[in-house]
Amino acid sequence: MNPLNRDERLVRHGLDASSADVVIALAGNPNVGKSTVFNTLTGLKQHTGNWPGKTVVRAEGSYSFNRRKYKVVDLPGTYSLLSASADEEIARDFILFGRPDVTVVVVDATRLERNMNLVLQVLEITEKVVVALNLMDEARRHGITVDDRSLMRELGVPVVPLVARTGEGVPALLQRIEEVATGSYECRPRRVWTESPKLRKAVDRVVERLKRAFPTLPNARWVALRLLEGDQRIAEAVRTGELGRIASLEGTAVMRKAKEDARVVA
Amino acid sequence: MSSREEILKTAENLRWELGERFHDLTVEALYAEASRIARKTVSAAGTRPGFDFERALDRLVTGKWTGFPIMFALLGIVFWITIEGANVPSSFLASVLIDSLHPLLKETGSSFGFPWWLNGFLFDGMYLAVAWVVSVMLPPMAIFFPLFTIAEDFGYLPRVAFNLDALFRRAGAHGKQALTMAMGYGCNAAAIISTRIIDSPRERLIAILTNNFSLCNGRWPTQILMATIFIGALAPPLLSSAVSALAVVTVVVIGVAMTFIVSWGLSKTILKGQASFFSLELPPYRPPRIWQTVYTSVIDRTLIVLWRAVVWALPSGAVIWLVSNIHVGNASIAEHAIASLDPIGLLVGLNGVILLAYIIAIPANEIVIPTILMLTALVTGMTGVGSGAGVMFELESEAATAEVLRAGGWTLLTGINLMLFSLLHNPCSTTLYTIYKETGSAKWTTLSALLPLSIAFVVCFLVTQLWGLLF
Repeated sequence: MNPLNRDERLVRHGLDASSADVVIALAGNPNVGKSTVFNTLTGLKQHTGNWPGKTVVRAEGSYSFNRRKYKVVDLPGTYSLLSASADEEIARDFILFGRPDVTVVVVDATRLERNMNLVLQVLEITEKVVVALNLMDEARRHGITVDDRSLMRELGVPVVPLVARTGEGVPALLQRIEEVATGSYECRPRRVWTESPKLRKAVDRVVERLKRAFPTLPNARWVALRLLEGDQRIAEAVRTGELGRIASLEGTAVMRKAKEDARVVA
Repeated sequence: MSSREEILKTAENLRWELGERFHDLTVEALYAEASRIARKTVSAAGTRPGFDFERALDRLVTGKWTGFPIMFALLGIVFWITIEGANVPSSFLASVLIDSLHPLLKETGSSFGFPWWLNGFLFDGMYLAVAWVVSVMLPPMAIFFPLFTIAEDFGYLPRVAFNLDALFRRAGAHGKQALTMAMGYGCNAAAIISTRIIDSPRERLIAILTNNFSLCNGRWPTQILMATIFIGALAPPLLSSAVSALAVVTVVVIGVAMTFIVSWGLSKTILKGQASFFSLELPPYRPPRIWQTVYTSVIDRTLIVLWRAVVWALPSGAVIWLVSNIHVGNASIAEHAIASLDPIGLLVGLNGVILLAYIIAIPANEIVIPTILMLTALVTGMTGVGSGAGVMFELESEAATAEVLRAGGWTLLTGINLMLFSLLHNPCSTTLYTIYKETGSAKWTTLSALLPLSIAFVVCFLVTQLWGLLF
């Protein structure tokens, strides 16, 4: 019944996330079925619930596809990467500094407009994104159609229609993740909204200085944007040099905290 | 000037150049782009049919007059199913683990030449504590958790939060506290972690400090037993299950009321501030996946919670056995402790046995009732029930349990006060540890233990005084 069960290229490893070749971050608004996607991919039975804010800590699991091992990190749901409650910070810090190879943004096909806000923000931070257009069954029931091809053109990254509950579309998702991870699909995210000439000049000047102070920083553009908006937490991270530590290594406070959080639930 | 300061300086200067509406402008640009993309790619098919099932259902379950009655009715039904359904498997497990396996283990111990104290310590103390926890806790949890999870999967929980939202805000707390409160009915420790969904530290602390008033699963056995023995027994046999369930629902409602009162008190005193605004979103109803739900709630919740209880029951069982078997003078430590706690206990309508049981059983609320029974039999010197000092036991019927308790001087008042005390007293040590980890503060952890404990004593005292005036 589940099309996945017939796909012999997929091996689920559950909790064993050691020595993965590819790290995937699973992001998305609250209550769009991230945990369901996570369970479908990893074969784990993480508790899911139909209310926003169900996952407040990260969970990790893994699977193999075409003999490559993928570690999946399920992040708490967030509407944006701009605010700072404890659960949203976990998501933001991981996408920003955990350096996932691919970020899968799970979106609710019935509420595309609201979900797009997060997708556009994630595209600001990282290029390697796959958009999973989940809850397609619900969209169909409500008579909503989403043109996934034109959405793919608009965003410049792969878009996969999905019904995670039944497994519909999962093989395509696995395929797309692989293509983005290996670079055989080249993402060209469109960043229209931050492309005003005046802003670009300002961003470039801050980025230039950031790069000098923190040569390893992966998302200088986004950090610059946050500084220009006056984000106090990011400014504090620059002032104390915390940003440099976060950017340089995995064994940082953010990562340790997140790992500890993952253990609390386990 | 360090390069870091220079970055901030540059950003600050550019910020002035860009103008102060810059933040708003980027957010506006973001929203405009999102809406442009959505308009271009999404098309809705014509107008919806006239009758919208979801909207009709929402109007019913969040309605002004229908919302609360439906909520209480559902709660009552869930408790009734749990009480009715847990009886048979509970007594089956008890007969296997306690009546059959326990004597067998003791015999095996004796045949290996274990001294009496080792045999007693291992099998009467530690093994029985675990067996008790398993047979009393497993069945109700295995029934309650799936029912609760199905309601959650369907999307009912956020509607409950919606109903309570306005009340929470009026109490100066965050509306999302309704969700963390609901989590508390499963396990307070898990609920403390779930308060992370609340952004404001002030409101998060209120949610943490009051979460204890959500009756966790470890406390239902106490509630259910007391309700059955002392309250259900007042009703004719046919109705007694329903009356017992009603009594438990009443305790739950008192807990909700206490949550509001204490939240309000905190937000007016040590945690002063305005309730922050947020918009609570009602997710769409989704057909619950029954089998997956049953599977995950049994594996994830029931077994994990049970495992934790078992881990705590082992040392507690050992302590119970030790305090009732080590003698100082002519009485055991337990008897001394009970004698000195009795005056305080009686003042608040409880007794020394109950207070000692709560001290010994702080790691897990689940073993309070077995400890109480064992200690009661010890001090009343009853013969013919139980299996001696430090041996926890269950009695085959509730009538027999009631008999032991009445011999220990229990009345309807004791039962009611125990239900209230169990609802209001300090959280278990697992929860306290979680609070410490989440707040990182010994001060707030201490307050979260002492605040409910003193409320419990005050309420029980007042009820006892009132009872004395009325009867």
